[in-house]
Amino acid sequence: MLFNVKNFTRMFAVVVLVIGVTMSVAHTSDARADDDEDEGQRPTVSNAKWKGECGACHVAYPPRMLPAESWRAIMSGLDKHFGSNAGLDAASANEITAFLEKNADARKHDASGKPLLRITETRGFKSEHREVAARVWKNPKVKSPANCTACHTQAESGDFNEDNVKIPK
Amino acid sequence: MMLRVFFAFGLVVTVAAGLTANSAFAETPVEVLAAIKAEASGTPGFQEFSAARGESFFKTKRNHDLSCSTCHTDNPAAQGKHSETDKIIKPLAPAANEERFTDMKKVAKWFKRNCNDVLDRECTPQEKGDVLAYLLTVRK
Ligand code: HEC
Ligand code: HEC
Ligand code: HEC
Repeated sequence: MLFNVKNFTRMFAVVVLVIGVTMSVAHTSDARADDDEDEGQRPTVSNAKWKGECGACHVAYPPRMLPAESWRAIMSGLDKHFGSNAGLDAASANEITAFLEKNADARKHDASGKPLLRITETRGFKSEHREVAARVWKNPKVKSPANCTACHTQAESGDFNEDNVKIPK
Repeated sequence: MMLRVFFAFGLVVTVAAGLTANSAFAETPVEVLAAIKAEASGTPGFQEFSAARGESFFKTKRNHDLSCSTCHTDNPAAQGKHSETDKIIKPLAPAANEERFTDMKKVAKWFKRNCNDVLDRECTPQEKGDVLAYLLTVRK
């Protein structure tokens, strides 16, 4: 018999099953990508929640640019975040905090005083940008030193290599 | 028989997986508007949503010299720019950006944040409905 309802139903179930499995595999694979990191520079660590939430108003600043205590301080004050309301639900905030802490700058930091909330105030940032002229920072196209993308053309992908720096004219 | 039970089970799992995988596009803008309306129609003084009122709300500067159009521009079908960080913001009008108003949770989160930035309070359901009614009239 060429066509039989029972077989057809079965075939249909198989097709749907295959589609469903493919979809869920595709869905989890982007979460997986977070886990393969090497312990050195870890330039491309990512987490979908972090990228979406912390990359909505500015470039998602890489976790390695601040120590864990700074990230914790930032994450506990999102309702009043540099003059903006960046409030998050608790589940998202917990996931992002864990990701930031895990990949934070692990070097020893001056434990005295309050944790810095700005990358642009860290000693590392200041020394990396020592040679950038004052008039460059005043250019309205730069606007704020926190506007990394103004000069670091690949900042969106976490690449701050000096080869990809282009100072706006 | 066992086989059939297996397939039936597979089907259920599959459909469930498919639904979660699609959660980013859980709603349509019209459904989001209907949900806001359900919320608004219970409030005192509710008026039918008005695109004209929504447009004027969107473009009028309030506290801190900010309006919605400061970041989203006077043309919500165009690309916007964050007033503090200069980060590009994709168009807000659904006609120009199919991802807009397709996730109730995302919509609620940004209304809460942006209304607080502009008005120092949350928007009322009436205001949200007026704004969305306006955005739905904007063409590319
Ligand atoms: C609603 C908008 C918004 C969201 C969402 C947001 N931020 Fe910000 N963030 C800002 C603004 C505005 C500034 C100040 C920018 C400036 O000074 O130019 C800022 C600045 C920062 C700075 C300091 C940059 C520097 O070195 O000067 C850090 C670090 C930061 N944000 C981290 C985060 C993290 C982590 C998240 C995600 C949990 C996040 N932000 C989400 C608006 C936002
Ligand atoms: C006004 C332009 C400008 C802005 C804005 C800017 N940078 Fe830079 N950055 C530079 C330049 C230029 C260099 C290279 C300095 C040199 O070679 O002496 C650099 C170097 C760096 C380096 C070292 C790269 C290397 O290959 O050694 C890092 C890391 C970095 N910047 C991070 C940041 C971050 C993070 C931000 C935003 C919070 C930022 N920068 C904002 C211009 C800028
Ligand atoms: C300081 C800049 C700023 C102002 C002012 C602002 N917004 Fe936004 N808005 C954003 C950013 C950033 C996003 C999220 C980025 C993205 O999704 O592209 C956003 C997203 C939204 C969304 C999410 C829509 C969706 O489904 O993706 C809504 C709704 C919204 N804004 C409404 C408003 C309203 C209403 C006002 C005025 C009361 C307003 N915004 C004022 C920056 C702003």
